[in-house]
Amino acid sequence: MDLFLDILWIIVKIVAIVLPLMLCVAYYTLAERKVISYMQVRIGPNRVGPRGSLQPIADAMKLMCKEIILPKSANKTLFLIAPMLSIGPALAAWAVFPFDEGVVLADINAGLLYLLALTSIGVYGVIIAGWASNSKYAFLSAVRLGAQVVAYEIAMGFSLVVVLIASGSLNLGEIVMAQQGGWGFLNWFWLPLFPIFIIYFVSGVAETNRAPFDVAEGESEIVAGFHVEYSGMTFAVFFLAEYANMILISALTAIMFLGGWLSPFHGIPVLGALFDWIPGFIWLLLKTLVVAFLFLWFRATFPRYRYDQIMRLGWKIFIPITIVWIVVAGFAVVV
Amino acid sequence: MKVFIDYIRSLFLLELLKGLQLTGRYLCAKKFTIQYPEERAPLSPRFRGLHAQRRYESGEERCIACKLCEATCPALAITIEAAPREDGSRRTTRYEIDLFKCIFCGYCEESCPVDAIVESRTYEYCFENRGENIMTKEQLLAHGDKHEVQLAKDLEAQAPYR
Repeated sequence: MDLFLDILWIIVKIVAIVLPLMLCVAYYTLAERKVISYMQVRIGPNRVGPRGSLQPIADAMKLMCKEIILPKSANKTLFLIAPMLSIGPALAAWAVFPFDEGVVLADINAGLLYLLALTSIGVYGVIIAGWASNSKYAFLSAVRLGAQVVAYEIAMGFSLVVVLIASGSLNLGEIVMAQQGGWGFLNWFWLPLFPIFIIYFVSGVAETNRAPFDVAEGESEIVAGFHVEYSGMTFAVFFLAEYANMILISALTAIMFLGGWLSPFHGIPVLGALFDWIPGFIWLLLKTLVVAFLFLWFRATFPRYRYDQIMRLGWKIFIPITIVWIVVAGFAVVV
Repeated sequence: MKVFIDYIRSLFLLELLKGLQLTGRYLCAKKFTIQYPEERAPLSPRFRGLHAQRRYESGEERCIACKLCEATCPALAITIEAAPREDGSRRTTRYEIDLFKCIFCGYCEESCPVDAIVESRTYEYCFENRGENIMTKEQLLAHGDKHEVQLAKDLEAQAPYR
């Protein structure tokens, strides 16, 4: 009976995390369309609900009502498993995510390792989708994405190793607490580890295959990439996974480099006292939103990279820089 | 040396920041969108929309079946048949414009010696059945009657430049 209650309690907590997350994902798509259209000096969706506020719900309804087309020569099982494989890790990763001091579903010590493992699994969904679709475009896209994600996974992993060296813990909550200090936001890791902060974020953009690294869905070359053959809800799940991953990367950037739930003014004479009453969750949300906005800003600004340039950036620039920084950070911590 | 400096400079991502600055500026700029059904873009008096045939104030149709428009039409969209009317005047018995062929160049309007065939400001129309793309003489005249005030005003505005 106790076990049953425990499981029930965990399920309640999971729902409490996943439902708002799904809502965030839905409205992130609207935010993307709005931000990009504003940057292109137009208005964007504004017909469904006041100022377009119900647009994501209309989109979701449309996609749910559409037929799921199974290509004749596709591998049916894998074809249907692929979208689940791609959204599963994006949601499961939130298990170790601390929303405030001590507010975390699973407070495990190997949190960072768990995150790295899950973000790597996400790519299998895409590779399987590309393979199971039995389509040239989908397959090419899966190959491209596989190579790209492997390249950037390394740079991302190394930059997290630097964070790990600096904080001395694999537990996300402790990583945040390691950034606390008397100087407010100047204590956070983004300043001492600035190049790593940039590299982590850019690798995150490449990892979620967003513009300017979205060669996996390069419209002009391979139509829509790995999800050309998907329709209706199966497509919607891929879409959700992409945006959930973006939110995850934004939230992780906030945790690793921007002090998580810490107030940016904590410890600064007057401002600190003025802002200390705001709950940590609000700060975390604000930081995540700022980073998430950067994703959209990048998409509206940068043209797509050429494929060989992506590989060059990953292997010949990011990986050497992160390795050098691991050594530098190691010395800084030891000495 | 220059290569080295360029490499170091590239690490600071200056060009990328410049790009972000540009799009950031447009984020706050005034939007150009005209929200169509509620707002409409202004039209020139020379706008070339759906065709119309005009009448004199007496109610007599202007067209004298000279067939200049038919001859000048580069898309061969106009078909005219003519015969003398009971009172002996030369009139068209058939005047049809195939809107699928028409390229809205306005040559018919320019060639017309009596300002009979004109292109109006109407640009919202559609066909739901086959055959509706052919505008008959009756339809053209009815369309002209409906918009006569606007058509006369537009012709007058253009008159000094013709």
